[in-house]
Amino acid sequence: MSAPLIEARHLKKYFDTPSGQLHAVDDVTFSIDQGRTMGVVGESGCGKSTLGRTMIHLLESTEGQIYFQGEDITRIGKRKLRSLREDMQIIFQDPYSSLNPRMSVRQVIMDPLKRSGRFQGKSALDAETDRIMNLVGIEERLKNSYPHELDGGRRQRVGIGRALALNPKFIVCDEPVSALDVSIQAQVLNLLQDLQDQLGLTYMFITHNLSVVKHISDDLCVMYLGQLVETSPSDEIFKMPLHPYTKALLSAIPSTDVHNHQERIVIKGELTSPIEPQPGCRFVSRCPHACKACLQHQQLEELLPKHFVACCRAKELYELEGRVVK
Amino acid sequence: MNERGRDFLEIKDLTVEYTSEGQVVHAVNGVSLKLDKGQTLGLVGETGAGKTTIAKSIMRILPPHSSAVKGGEIYFEGRNLQELSELEMHEIRGKKISMIFQDPMTALNPVMRVGEQIAEGVALHEKVSKKEAQERAEQMLEMVGIPKNRYKEYPHQFSGGMKQRVVIAMTLACNPRLLLADEPTTALDVTIQAQVLEMMRNLVKKKDASMILITHDLGVVAEMCDYVAVVYAGEIVEHGDLFSVFDHPSHPYTKGLFGAIPKLNEDKGRLHSIEGLPPDPTNLPQGCYFCPRCPLADESCVSKKPEPVVVGRSHYCRCGKLKKWEANK
Repeated sequence: MSAPLIEARHLKKYFDTPSGQLHAVDDVTFSIDQGRTMGVVGESGCGKSTLGRTMIHLLESTEGQIYFQGEDITRIGKRKLRSLREDMQIIFQDPYSSLNPRMSVRQVIMDPLKRSGRFQGKSALDAETDRIMNLVGIEERLKNSYPHELDGGRRQRVGIGRALALNPKFIVCDEPVSALDVSIQAQVLNLLQDLQDQLGLTYMFITHNLSVVKHISDDLCVMYLGQLVETSPSDEIFKMPLHPYTKALLSAIPSTDVHNHQERIVIKGELTSPIEPQPGCRFVSRCPHACKACLQHQQLEELLPKHFVACCRAKELYELEGRVVK
Repeated sequence: MNERGRDFLEIKDLTVEYTSEGQVVHAVNGVSLKLDKGQTLGLVGETGAGKTTIAKSIMRILPPHSSAVKGGEIYFEGRNLQELSELEMHEIRGKKISMIFQDPMTALNPVMRVGEQIAEGVALHEKVSKKEAQERAEQMLEMVGIPKNRYKEYPHQFSGGMKQRVVIAMTLACNPRLLLADEPTTALDVTIQAQVLEMMRNLVKKKDASMILITHDLGVVAEMCDYVAVVYAGEIVEHGDLFSVFDHPSHPYTKGLFGAIPKLNEDKGRLHSIEGLPPDPTNLPQGCYFCPRCPLADESCVSKKPEPVVVGRSHYCRCGKLKKWEANK
């Protein structure tokens, strides 16, 4: 087994708001092994993007630790952070706003190369820029185009090229295909997978689209209002969701199978506020199985091998379905 | 009942153009559709395919200076909507035909109480007192699952899902016969989407209304619709009964769409992406609009516009290669 490339331990990120502290990420612990893809799913406002940004120091964590290649990087100096950035990159959701409109494709991709100081001389820089454009499938003729001249799919390729420029080990993909149409989405997903195979990249793939996450992830984290409620290898969760929220979430995906409509668990109500939340399970107000014990703090426990869930009733519900926890 | 103009809704050969910076944008190119009472039709396609323009043409709310209906007729309950006066259209809009817009954040007036926004339409279309209009608005709120004591609140006090429900309450308040829902759940999370879709399905059934549901999500179509029309570059390339289209997608574009979505019940491999991009609507190809991206295209596709071919029960498809291709499979 390979060692984890990146690891979060009891990571917290709180924001101060006029009405109190907003617990965007609350005590999240997980790790991603080298070369694997960790999907992070949850609904808008559940803290998945904040988690991704905190992991790569775009946001400073409030509490907890982050380890990268075994080293504690929670609090590091500017110089160290700069070299760390070469190893950790991010691809943003919106290719329209994440590229500087006044920089050409070539400039966008060349910028990190220049800053790194790894390449001396114009010809070396040009050659490397060409190599990266080729890698992410941007045609040579578009070299001097500006972002507004490109379609969404190509723009996202430029964003991917920029992230890849310095050979990072770890990339946070924050909803990289949500703004794209399905046919273009498929092109970009295929590209991300090819690059992972070629370069041995490790991804943290944040999305609200469950079919996309099923397609691309090896492992999966399900978040609800800042907390990690379930995590396991991705196939396992889709086969046997344990947390009541995960069950409802999976059953809510509209399926293209017109003959077998699956039974839907429609959960009532909406997300509660993440500002100064009550202790205990955050899903309790919408959960059909809520009981008194749910008002206590829920510990993430390994109910099945490699399959962790933060729900005090998960074991009982699992056994109610006639199964036995070994 | 099948004479021209006797159907509930019939669109014949609709062609709509926009002008933008001196160029003509061919948004809708000869669309024909029929819809019966109580039926739901899904319009599927990618951004810019012309789905919303079709709906806006039915409502006659296209931007007046930059767009024009260049041809075709729209019959609704036997009347040609294109020939009605603006006043007559005013009576139909919101009363007989209602539209749900994609973004609930912009469809509501931010400085007007939500209850009053619902009551406004009722007061406008029906001879009722102010009090009765308010009562109806309260009923509508409760019907979409919002307590009526929130009548006096403003849109910003509601979450996204609740705002969309307010919009739906607004559109259904006058019992419309035809509902045009333009991506009604695209801005919502899946669990909220499930709630809203379930509610729409029940309301439409209860009131025996018809619906055109515009979406890019084939899963939503599978759950909600009786018929489906696939739109590409302002043209319906495939149309038919839900089961027929989903079981036997026939147009290469439809097949491509199905191949491009990751499936939940299949193992991962590579997705089949459709190469290339949709055509520039200011400069459409001569023959089949899909042929530059089509794996089956040959010279005949480039030069000749394909005619609709019947491929199943009320299922047709516009593809010149269809017969040969089906035989080769």
